[in-house]
Amino acid sequence: MTRTFKLVNARLATGEKSSITVEAGVITSIGENAKSDVTEIDLKGKLVTPSFVDLHTHLREPGKENAETVASGTRAAVRGGFGAIYAMPNTNPVADTAGVVEQVHSLGLEEGRCDVIPIGAVTRGQEGKQLAEILAMAHSRAGVRVFSDDGNCVSDPLLMRRALEYVKIFDGVIAQHAQDPELTKDAQMNEGIISSRLGLKGWPAVAEEAIIARDVLLADHVGSKLHICHLSTAGSVEIVRWAKARGIHVTAEVTPHHLLLTDELASTFDPIYKVNPPLRTERDVHALRDGVADGTIDIIATDHAPHPLESKECEWPAAAFGMIGLESAFAIAYRALVKSGSLSLQSLVAAMTTKPAVIGSLSDRMSGLTVGAPASLNVIDLEKEWVIDRDRVESKSSNTPFHGLQVEGAVESVLFRGEWVMRDGAILR
Amino acid sequence: MKFPRHLLSIGDLSRESATALLDTAAELARISDGQIKKLPTLRGRTVVNLFFEDSTRTRISFETAAKRLSADVINFVAKGSSVSKGESLKDTALTLQAMGADAVIIRHHASGAPQRLADAGWIAGPVINAGDGTHEHPTQALLDAFTIRHHLAKDRGTLDGLEIAIVGDILHSRVARSNIFLLSMLGAKVTVIAPATLLPVGIESWPCSISYDLDDSIEKFDAIMALRIQRERMEQAFFPSEREYSRHYGLNGDRLSRLKSGAILLHPGPMNRGVEIDAKSADSVRSVIVDQVTNGVFVRMAVLYLLLSGSPANLAEEVKG
Repeated sequence: MTRTFKLVNARLATGEKSSITVEAGVITSIGENAKSDVTEIDLKGKLVTPSFVDLHTHLREPGKENAETVASGTRAAVRGGFGAIYAMPNTNPVADTAGVVEQVHSLGLEEGRCDVIPIGAVTRGQEGKQLAEILAMAHSRAGVRVFSDDGNCVSDPLLMRRALEYVKIFDGVIAQHAQDPELTKDAQMNEGIISSRLGLKGWPAVAEEAIIARDVLLADHVGSKLHICHLSTAGSVEIVRWAKARGIHVTAEVTPHHLLLTDELASTFDPIYKVNPPLRTERDVHALRDGVADGTIDIIATDHAPHPLESKECEWPAAAFGMIGLESAFAIAYRALVKSGSLSLQSLVAAMTTKPAVIGSLSDRMSGLTVGAPASLNVIDLEKEWVIDRDRVESKSSNTPFHGLQVEGAVESVLFRGEWVMRDGAILR
Repeated sequence: MKFPRHLLSIGDLSRESATALLDTAAELARISDGQIKKLPTLRGRTVVNLFFEDSTRTRISFETAAKRLSADVINFVAKGSSVSKGESLKDTALTLQAMGADAVIIRHHASGAPQRLADAGWIAGPVINAGDGTHEHPTQALLDAFTIRHHLAKDRGTLDGLEIAIVGDILHSRVARSNIFLLSMLGAKVTVIAPATLLPVGIESWPCSISYDLDDSIEKFDAIMALRIQRERMEQAFFPSEREYSRHYGLNGDRLSRLKSGAILLHPGPMNRGVEIDAKSADSVRSVIVDQVTNGVFVRMAVLYLLLSGSPANLAEEVKG
């Protein structure tokens, strides 16, 4: 950590050329006037961004180590340029006590290649019946600030209200998986023309939108912070836009796959495209991109959901929901948002770095490329074309819907608190 | 004419190939009438009936069809209903492949299972969908088309201009899905009639008209197909009671008397007598329900024949030989 070096010929997301000096794990200067008597690393005009922050990762440990572990998941995170990942609590046991969140937290520290920040369950066992010991998790060594029953919706309106109120004690946030359970019983894919034709039970947009509408009103009523997980429909974008205009403290995320893929892929009956919330229509995809562009949707989050092969090598209704996403997140978001002309590169980088850090109360560690901030950053070759290959992933699971897709923008090197954890594509730690 | 490799959905067929298939079935029916019950066509070939869902009628129909073409038939009744219970679809498929199955006829409770079987590379031979979840049941639609053609179009040509109603649980019916697309492809004007709760979202984009009222235009139809209604749908609030359903959407004596001359009644079976169709209707001269069963064998013979041995032109030769 004592090494001092200078990254020269770096390109920032704003387009300007710069140099960045790192001393003892901290950024000590940015700009051409930086120290000149130190080791220089020539980035040859490649993009430098702060480390990405993923507010929505499933690491599967404890309980489903055949799908992912903290070790494999953090390697996948590094490959994708993430310096901090928030681990969803739907493990076995559920992360609903200080003990489990501290375990996940300490596993992350042991791996030491990126921050692993546990998300606590809102309700005991994620059963939606009574609150989990939220304060104990908040005050644990893991210092949990984000709570979610992800995978399940906190559907009981009174319980949701209480949860929103309770996290005000420590300025926390409830991340809602918006899915009305009654409207989506046995649901398999987006309800629409395609689901009707395929005879697969539909997951209607209204099941997401009705919960979001209710929850923004609850958040407004009790004056608390609400975060919407993996927003997927045009109607959800409209509701969040309305809520923000009204001054409600709501933030929202969208996944890379919802920005690029549509429900027509279900026509293959290949469950690699089975995900929750489901892939929607082209109209929704465009509304989501517009939502990111105008700031209605704050951040990109992966919903990285690893599953073993046998959970996908079967008939659609028997298959598990979910897709891996950490390693391809930037390339897919870059394609869907920047290459398509919806968003500037600078805004995409903000949506993957400083903005999720703010929502997750991580701004002290992930404050972007600023003097005095921990030197956690990525070197990205924006021009580099590569093909997504499910057989060459760091994740223990290979359930990517993007296998064989050629993309642009490769994360080449990753600095984590002043140490290279990946250099020219090779993971070093 | 190109015939598809698999028969997974009506979408695999063109108007031309569907017509050729029905013509082949008609030819097979004609031969059977002439006392030749068994053809040597598929001698030495093994056809597997892979049934993940009970359906004695469909299984027997396929078995009879395969045997009349001299194929060896293996019945494989799989108990497992998910990955956790019993053997997976993949392992079952690999087993059948290893045993040398030349064609697999699959019935499965999961929509899309036949397509998975065909696309995943687990087996080499043709896959025939014998009903998958709430997706499709293409051979049922083909036998329905065959039956309608036989009664109303004298086995020739198309169904051009015929008015056909499909009444009942369209939402959950694989029979309805296959029929709407096949009958309309063959030129019929299809109307689906059901309570709004039993119509799928987006059905406006399908090649059919939509009605909530059976009595509204019952006189105009050349054929009416009643679908089986399942009691569990009532519990799921799709309709309030069997009595109410039957009163508004059931075929009964009163409605029978209003049918146009020559109109026929179909039902894919098994029937709930007294619910979607009463005994008077089911057993009337209008009913072609028993013919449907007979024709099912010819249509399935034609499907096996065309998928396993190529073009329809050989048939006459083989009979001679």
